[in-house]
Amino acid sequence: MDNQNTLLNEVAGRDYRFGFVTEIETDFIPKGLNEEVVRIISAKKEEPDFMLEFRLKAYRKWLTMKMPDWAQLKIPEIDYQEIIYYAAPRQQPKYESLDEVDPELLSTFAKLGIPLEEQKMLAGVAVDAVMDSVSVKTTFKENLAELGIIFCSFSEAVKHHPDLVQKYLGMVVPPNDNFFAALNCAVFSDGSFVYIPKGVRCPMELSTYFRINAKNTGQFERTLIIADNDSYVSYLEGCTAPMRDENQLHAAVVEIIALDRAEVKYSTVQNWYPGNKEGIGGIYNFVTKRGLCKGASSKICWNQVETGSAITWKYPSCILAGDNSVAEFNSVALTNNYQQADTGTKMIHLGKNTKSTIVSKGISAGHSSNSYRGLVRVAAKAENARNYSQCDSLLLGDHCGAHTFPYIEVGNQNSVVEHEATTSKIGEDQIFYCNQRGISTQDAIGMIVNGYAREVINKLPMEFAVEAQKLLQISLEGSVG
Amino acid sequence: MLIIKDLHARVEGKEILRGINLTINAGEVHAIMGPNGSGKSTLANVLAGNTNFEVTRGEVSFNGKDLLAMTADVRAKEGLFLSFQYPVEIPGVSMINFLKTAVNESRKYHHLKELSAGDFLKVMREKKEMVQIDSQLTNRSVNEGFSGGEKKKNEIFQMAMLEPKLAILDETDSGLDIDALRIVANGVNLLKRAENATIVVTHYQRLLDYIVPDFVHVLYKGQIVKSAGKELVFELEEKGYDWIKKELGE
Ligand SMILES: Nc1ncnc2c1ncn2[C@@H]1O[C@H](COP(=O)(O)OP(=O)(O)OP(=O)(O)O)[C@@H](O)[C@H]1O
Ligand SMILES: [Mg+2]
Repeated sequence: MDNQNTLLNEVAGRDYRFGFVTEIETDFIPKGLNEEVVRIISAKKEEPDFMLEFRLKAYRKWLTMKMPDWAQLKIPEIDYQEIIYYAAPRQQPKYESLDEVDPELLSTFAKLGIPLEEQKMLAGVAVDAVMDSVSVKTTFKENLAELGIIFCSFSEAVKHHPDLVQKYLGMVVPPNDNFFAALNCAVFSDGSFVYIPKGVRCPMELSTYFRINAKNTGQFERTLIIADNDSYVSYLEGCTAPMRDENQLHAAVVEIIALDRAEVKYSTVQNWYPGNKEGIGGIYNFVTKRGLCKGASSKICWNQVETGSAITWKYPSCILAGDNSVAEFNSVALTNNYQQADTGTKMIHLGKNTKSTIVSKGISAGHSSNSYRGLVRVAAKAENARNYSQCDSLLLGDHCGAHTFPYIEVGNQNSVVEHEATTSKIGEDQIFYCNQRGISTQDAIGMIVNGYAREVINKLPMEFAVEAQKLLQISLEGSVG
Repeated sequence: MLIIKDLHARVEGKEILRGINLTINAGEVHAIMGPNGSGKSTLANVLAGNTNFEVTRGEVSFNGKDLLAMTADVRAKEGLFLSFQYPVEIPGVSMINFLKTAVNESRKYHHLKELSAGDFLKVMREKKEMVQIDSQLTNRSVNEGFSGGEKKKNEIFQMAMLEPKLAILDETDSGLDIDALRIVANGVNLLKRAENATIVVTHYQRLLDYIVPDFVHVLYKGQIVKSAGKELVFELEEKGYDWIKKELGE
């Protein structure tokens, strides 16, 4: 570590940093990306040297990389010099009251049954009465602290647990992993950090919702979850409401490390703004999520319901390194209007007797395009590995597209990899059957789609599952009939 | 209750119903018989609002309202029920969730309070007993993996739950074993009210021994070519449809 610090100091250059002090105080960074910007971000966050080094290395790597173009996506040109990479004032509310907020957004909130105060928070309206939940959060934090669980923002973790951060950051997704991950490593502003100590079973679902500082962690979010030996945690990401967000580009990185016999369950319900019915606007969601089953008999499970974003590029993956480790990927990805999703998973089997399961349910409506891309790789030494993949696509209407790209590489003789895929159209006879029982076409579609996705939704924690169901229904409104 | 006037309908450009006239009053049971392909299921589907079928002429009034102007779900909520000849499977959708939605949608439509989960389950238990449907079936997804007979029973169970004003039973007897036939018919009879009516589409006298019709109609090539009392059933059973065709000069 000392070595690294010395190196870093050389690289960073002290006087260079001083040169930016005044700018830091103005709390404003002009748009665009260069090495100075990376340094300012790190300095603003008062990061230790190893973090700056990590960022700079990533930035230099990023400069040599190209945006991936293999996905089944049409991505408009992104000008990375037009983006503001650090903007503290984003925390401030933009509206004085709910009356000023887009009524369509409000009606969605109402349908989801989100309490008023929460609606305000999500829409970015000034809220002064959330003190209740703040105290709730504090109680949670205290309870967790008693067990030795660390659950805080990434910035806090860098400050208070730098040794853990330094040990694990980049272990699963190194800065040179891919274009978007490199970008994230260079400029990420904040995110979440979780550490579950040996033998501890986290007594509650950890959710970003309950975390102070959880909001506006920005377009380059960083999450690091470490489950030490024999521990368990279930983590919920995101929010089921359509977050108002002006950022077009999101490039988050999530890393999970499960040590011996540890289990991590990571559930996401993603509903970023998908753009309007004509396909104007919306979030580009380019996320790198990866778990490392590092220890023997460890387990990592990704559960996701995705209905948002204009463009999604996302492959929550697992590296099954420990012998007897287990990984699951359960996903529902819904696209409507002009949304595009290229999503799936990678299961990399390295350890013996490792087992992975993939259940992917794609739902396409409108003019959208929905692709599943999955890699199952069994290394030569991963004897007796097992994988079962099931990829289903459901089409609503004639203008949408569904594609499946399975890649299978098996390096030994005694492993078994099974892949099943189906494509079906939502049946008019099913809709009519529901109609005939008094159920409107809209409700019928919601019901049929939820039935189709049930296997995955059942894997979500209870409250999340209920909201995910409503979300699927709402996201398809106006898609048929 | 139901007045059909000169109803014409076609599917994929082919005219199937060619001028149906039929009046059904509250309290009546009408049987519709006729050779395969004569248009019985088409009539049932057109009345229920299946948009695969295009109505080209005619009018239908249901309790004084213009039936053809309503969407299928509204017709159902107005009290029209179709027991399907081929009930559809809906994987992953539980019978309980499906029926609870159906019942409460209809209650909302009539400005009644929605049933709580507890009340709903109570009603469901009662009706399950009435049509003697296996408890296991209602814990499964809608019709998924049900045997042919189980599907038909499930239709009548749903009818019991929804208490329609007009029930159209499209070959509900086909595929039922002898005991099940009696149970289903018994269920239908138990649900009979002076203010309700039933249309029974069938090929066999068997069912009509249990559900005794007030009128019997023969549908042939998209038209009702003969109407009479229940004695017509015996005549058909004995002679088949040939004599009717002869009467028509074919
Ligand atoms: N979707 C469709 N597409 C094309 N033809 C159809 C369709 N539905 C019905 N038909 C045709 O309409 C005619 C009447 O069919 P329908 O199902 O109403 O007969 P049915 O009287 O109920 O016969 P069955 O006693 O065999 O049930 C048949 O010739 C049938 O092939
Ligand atoms: Mg028929």
